[in-house]
Amino acid sequence: MDVSSPIPSHLDRTADAGNVVVNIGPSHPATHGTIQIVAELDGETVKRADVHCGYLHRGFEKEAEHHTYHKVIPYVDRLNYCSALNNGFAYAEAVEKLLGIEITRRCIVLRTLLCEYNRIADHMTCVAASIMEMGAMTAFLYLMTVRDYIFEHLNHLTGARLTYSYVRIGGLARDLPEGWLTRLEEILVFAEEYLERIHGLLDRNRIFIDRTRDVAVMTPEHALNWGFTGPTLRSTGLAIDLRKDAPYLAYPELDFEVPVGIKGDNYDRYYVRMCEIDESIAMVRQCVRLLSDGPVSVDDPRVTLPAKELVYTQIEALVHHFKLVSEGIVVPPGEIYVSHEAPNGELGFYLVSDGTSRPYKLHVRAPSFVHMGGMHTLLEGYQVADVVPTFGSMNMVGGECDR
Amino acid sequence: MTGRAPLSYEAIERELGGLVERSWQSFGMPVLELRAENLLPLVTRLRDRFDFALFLDVTAVDYPERSPRFDVVYHFYSRRHNQRIRLKVRVPAERPVVPTLAGHYGSARYMEREVHDMYGIEFAGNEDLRPILLYEGFVGHPLRKDYPIEREQPMVPYRTG
Repeated sequence: MDVSSPIPSHLDRTADAGNVVVNIGPSHPATHGTIQIVAELDGETVKRADVHCGYLHRGFEKEAEHHTYHKVIPYVDRLNYCSALNNGFAYAEAVEKLLGIEITRRCIVLRTLLCEYNRIADHMTCVAASIMEMGAMTAFLYLMTVRDYIFEHLNHLTGARLTYSYVRIGGLARDLPEGWLTRLEEILVFAEEYLERIHGLLDRNRIFIDRTRDVAVMTPEHALNWGFTGPTLRSTGLAIDLRKDAPYLAYPELDFEVPVGIKGDNYDRYYVRMCEIDESIAMVRQCVRLLSDGPVSVDDPRVTLPAKELVYTQIEALVHHFKLVSEGIVVPPGEIYVSHEAPNGELGFYLVSDGTSRPYKLHVRAPSFVHMGGMHTLLEGYQVADVVPTFGSMNMVGGECDR
Repeated sequence: MTGRAPLSYEAIERELGGLVERSWQSFGMPVLELRAENLLPLVTRLRDRFDFALFLDVTAVDYPERSPRFDVVYHFYSRRHNQRIRLKVRVPAERPVVPTLAGHYGSARYMEREVHDMYGIEFAGNEDLRPILLYEGFVGHPLRKDYPIEREQPMVPYRTG
């Protein structure tokens, strides 16, 4: 069978003579993210699928080995660029644990707040994109409106809409600007109103249910076997969530539920994400109440830059600043695996330090990558028209998947 | 939740002692170092007796001056014990082979392909080790320490079929 494809797929050779092999992607309007799916079709049914990623590979892990610990931060932001703060906080925690740094109370609460705030934006992106591909333009625009308010609001805090470079080893780049929390509450109220509309538009919508209910169903055992984590795993009914199982940051103090699905189909993945947004909104509000005054960064000469006015007036501070910027921070030898509950699932950083100022090895356990490894099992046996909703429900993010 | 006691160090020693070369704790996570031939029996026991049903991650670390040169590093999660565990297998540069875990965990298929791409580690028994993050025609293994970061790759001929 002659298929023009940049990757050799075994389906070209092994497909049944009566079946058709089609190529979807890597540049396809419905694969938001560059991914290629080679599918063997029997009529309208996908018999077998071969999912191929890597089109966005930029050598993140190799670059990390050649940069100082602080200079890795902008690269980390470009993993899952819909929720860059979550990536940054997980990476920073890995380095901080190796250094033995305890971050400040205000920083813990702020990081938790921002994790959940960014999770709202990430889940909204996922739901918006996947329903838009099913033709629900209004719901898409509602969600994108809220998402953009959130990104503009984060822009006010960090200076960028998506790739924030906001985390620092031992703290955060800067404290909240004037009036940020007031605007936060306005956006949360706005988001709740719009989420209600989304529920009204979709939850009992005949077309939406027909496209998603009982499509790409899986059991908990199947999900575990294929390494699914996050909302994809929880859609099968398993309440596995790092925020509960291995609480980090301020999560032990927060009151929240872990929403789970019933049978792990596309509808459940949609609904779990929507419920998680509700939980996240409640968590953001709890974090605002927990927020106390104090510094956002530790006062540790190993990692923290001296104050600017001292750099300009004192030679010791100038040398200190110079050493931290040009040499970088020195991390004691050791290895650590730190994982956070990112919006897509378990995001792990495996960091090996050899005692210099650059990581000896920095590996990312990217949930999207593992999800793509098992996605063919959810495509096979369903219609070719289900490929797009199923792919959408997994929320693959190219930056994170291909690194 | 009940029955979610963390895995005790003694239980690991008792059940797995014979298969493990060395074991220690690293930031609260048990680390087991073992020989490649003991990997499959150990993983089978971890999965069946301790419920390590979620295979999280596999990667490698390159130590060019050391012999054997590579560490292949695995991470697993057990829901029953609410615990993560790390396995390390040392493999030599001359014969960088470990058995595949694809028979135990579906997720191993994709992740092993990445390690094969990046380090040239062979996963014996994994029949699908096509490039995944790289492409057909890529020369070398970019995450090995002797691969210079600025190296350029040869042009791949235009593919038509």
